Amino acid sequence: MTIRLTTAAAAIALLIGGNWALAADKPTDPQIAHIAYTAGVIDIEAAKQAIATSKNKAVVEFAESMVRDHESVNKQALDLVKKLNVTPEDNGTSKALSQAAETKRSELAKLTGADFDKAYVENEVAYHKQVNGALETLLIPSAQNAELKSLLETGLKLFQGHQQHAEHIATELK
Amino acid sequence: MNAATNAVRPAFLALLLGTAAIAVPAQAETIEVTIDRLAYAPAAIEAKVGDEVEWINKDALVHTATVTGGAEVLLPAKKSGRLRLQEPGSFDYICRYHPNMKGHITVRP
Repeated sequence: MTIRLTTAAAAIALLIGGNWALAADKPTDPQIAHIAYTAGVIDIEAAKQAIATSKNKAVVEFAESMVRDHESVNKQALDLVKKLNVTPEDNGTSKALSQAAETKRSELAKLTGADFDKAYVENEVAYHKQVNGALETLLIPSAQNAELKSLLETGLKLFQGHQQHAEHIATELK
Repeated sequence: MNAATNAVRPAFLALLLGTAAIAVPAQAETIEVTIDRLAYAPAAIEAKVGDEVEWINKDALVHTATVTGGAEVLLPAKKSGRLRLQEPGSFDYICRYHPNMKGHITVRP
């Protein structure tokens, strides 16, 4: 188990490319809640950037559904932490995710037209892949509270759908 | 599979009751499909032309039931939507927003 978690952590650290403060530690529920919420906020911000920038109907529609879905899941997450009386706790993973997202956002801000669309959609594929991997190998297995685990499992199914949707658009853009 | 059983039952009942099933067109039915945690249940249904499908969306997410190149029903969060089946055939459908949600409808004449 320790080996598996360490591998997962290393894999995420590699993907994020930032500081991996948690290292092999199993995140706690308050940390998991924070990571999940942060990951949602990041994708909403990316989607808003796409809605403002893109002229491609499929890309804008995809971005709109990212805003809609991630806002809905984040609302459910907030309702849950309130109900459970848990305070989401900032942590190294959340910070690394936010940092990587900011870098990506400024990268994308330099692009327009088809270049932007392609880069945004490709990043959506990569980002959802990364988050889904983290959910599957680290966050879901680490979650202690059954309701939190269940919300994360629904989230995983949802984000796998997002990944497929993004992959589909990526093929159309080529 | 339940839906298939349900679809067959009225005809069977009609026979039992001695109803002139051939002369009187069978009454159109509503077939319910529930959406819970990004899955259609049952995923495959059988119906006949004139029946209605009602999708009951229990998720806090917007879904659709979309036949590629065909009908689309928008299913807002926690709401339901209906579609009357107008032609026979075998149709795959998906949620346009979550293409990993897959369903199938077989429509008999």
